[in-house]
Amino acid sequence: MAVPILKQGPFLIASIQSALTDTDVLQLRDDVMTQVTRHRSRGIIVDVTSLDVMDSFVSRSLRGIAMMTRLRGAETVIVGIQPEVAFAMVQLGMSFEDVQTALDLEEGLALLQAGELGA
Amino acid sequence: MAPDAAERIAIESDGDVVTARQRARTLAVELEMPSTDQTLLATAISEIARNITTYANGGRGEVLIDIIRDGRGRQGVRVVARDDGPGIDDLEQALTDGYTTGGGLGLGLPGARRLVDEFDIQTGPGEGTVVTLIKWAQRG
Repeated sequence: MAVPILKQGPFLIASIQSALTDTDVLQLRDDVMTQVTRHRSRGIIVDVTSLDVMDSFVSRSLRGIAMMTRLRGAETVIVGIQPEVAFAMVQLGMSFEDVQTALDLEEGLALLQAGELGA
Repeated sequence: MAPDAAERIAIESDGDVVTARQRARTLAVELEMPSTDQTLLATAISEIARNITTYANGGRGEVLIDIIRDGRGRQGVRVVARDDGPGIDDLEQALTDGYTTGGGLGLGLPGARRLVDEFDIQTGPGEGTVVTLIKWAQRG
């Protein structure tokens, strides 16, 4: 199922609604890159609140989105990683060291806005 | 260890990987497994089922899921992922963090092993691969 991407001012919000197949994740990556270019976005929030599993493929792909958008001058913040999912990611050996994360959508937006002011 | 009839999920596309982990979670919920353990199990299944779509012949195989009981009456969810793909040449390497031949992060097998209580793998060149995982519910 495609992930809806909403434009909010200079930012994009991709809100994942249900479990993602690998194909969905790759589609999300392509859609985000297209939209960042179209809207000249400065930041992207990917909301993963509804994901009950983030395995190595999803984690790697989200990190890839963050790296790619950064090269286009837009910061990505991953928000809403559930406590159990965070635990599983650490056990699995995934780290998001170079990716910005925030507790929820509100915190993520605040982080992007602070970055805009600081820029 | 008399198993209930195992549920079989054919793994032929990436959507089947999602189905497999959702079915396993349903069984884990039936056993009242703690939510964190359900997530660890579902994540482990995702890793081993993806190995089928990535590495096996034509990306086909199957996942069998059932509830098992040990001698002490403890119950758990058992997952068997098998394919008749090329098998794994060097199992020790494949179980090492960061080793990959599939372009991933090399966390699949070693990561899955860390997420479950019991882990077994039978494989060899040309012999296909059978991975068995067990996550015990914290009871019994």
